[in-house]
Amino acid sequence: MSAPMLVETERPQADALPDDVTFLDQPWVTVVWNDPVNLMSYVSYVFQTYFGYARKKAEKLMLEVHQAGRSAVSTGSREEMERDVQAMHEYGLWATMQRASQ
Amino acid sequence: MTDGFVSRPGGGVLATFTGFEGDLLRSLASQLVELLRNEVAAPTSSHDPLEDLLDFSGPTTAPDDPVLARLFPTAYPDDEEAAGDFRRFTERTLRDGKAHNAVLIIDKLEDAGLPPTLDEEGLWVDVELEPAEVQAWMKSFTDIRLALASRLGVEEGDDDYWDTLPEDDPRTHVHDIYQWVGFLQETLVQSVSA
Repeated sequence: MSAPMLVETERPQADALPDDVTFLDQPWVTVVWNDPVNLMSYVSYVFQTYFGYARKKAEKLMLEVHQAGRSAVSTGSREEMERDVQAMHEYGLWATMQRASQ
Repeated sequence: MTDGFVSRPGGGVLATFTGFEGDLLRSLASQLVELLRNEVAAPTSSHDPLEDLLDFSGPTTAPDDPVLARLFPTAYPDDEEAAGDFRRFTERTLRDGKAHNAVLIIDKLEDAGLPPTLDEEGLWVDVELEPAEVQAWMKSFTDIRLALASRLGVEEGDDDYWDTLPEDDPRTHVHDIYQWVGFLQETLVQSVSA
């Protein structure tokens, strides 16, 4: 665990705000798309195993993928979502990422 | 014929395959390894370990082969440049991971007693997987099914089409194998989800 350190920091630049404050607004999402191959049980298992979601939440997301064709399964910074997308590709799920507002 | 995977006390799973089934799985895993390694991720390898480590010249465009394109999807559909960067930094790692998982299947089957060439009648192979190995097998079963489905052109809700294909159509046989690996995958997921 890290404790807050008392250090002098530079004042944030007003014009540096929109893209940099990613920890506040979590502007990216990982989207998993439906495919005709992956088993429903497997997709749900992956959501539970990788994201640590409870079975109920994992199944809800899996059904959304299956029925609506896609579901936003995680939210976070761009770096975090790149990690999640890569992990989904490891599991063979069809995943992409985009800004949350889209 | 195998009943698929069942859970074992302590978190592992067990499956018993006929020699023919084990041989078939080994052949599917081998073909996957070959596909992943044949179309090299980077144009050249320098044989200098340091240079290799510093070489990030991975591919930036989606693979031509539809199977590989499905195994390594485009992460940013609307941003070609970001998609290229993502691919450059991830595809080689993903390829190595997928090939590694498939090799694990081959090694495990052979450790369990599958001979290099199958010529024995009535051979059975018991495969016991630790929890960490289960993950590798599941991922590789997925890759194998994605590969078979891409080659066959499987689509959502097309069961009737495959059911009515003539017995002597070669695709019927491949589709049977695709469904069989799906059955194994289902039992594997169930055996660790209970």
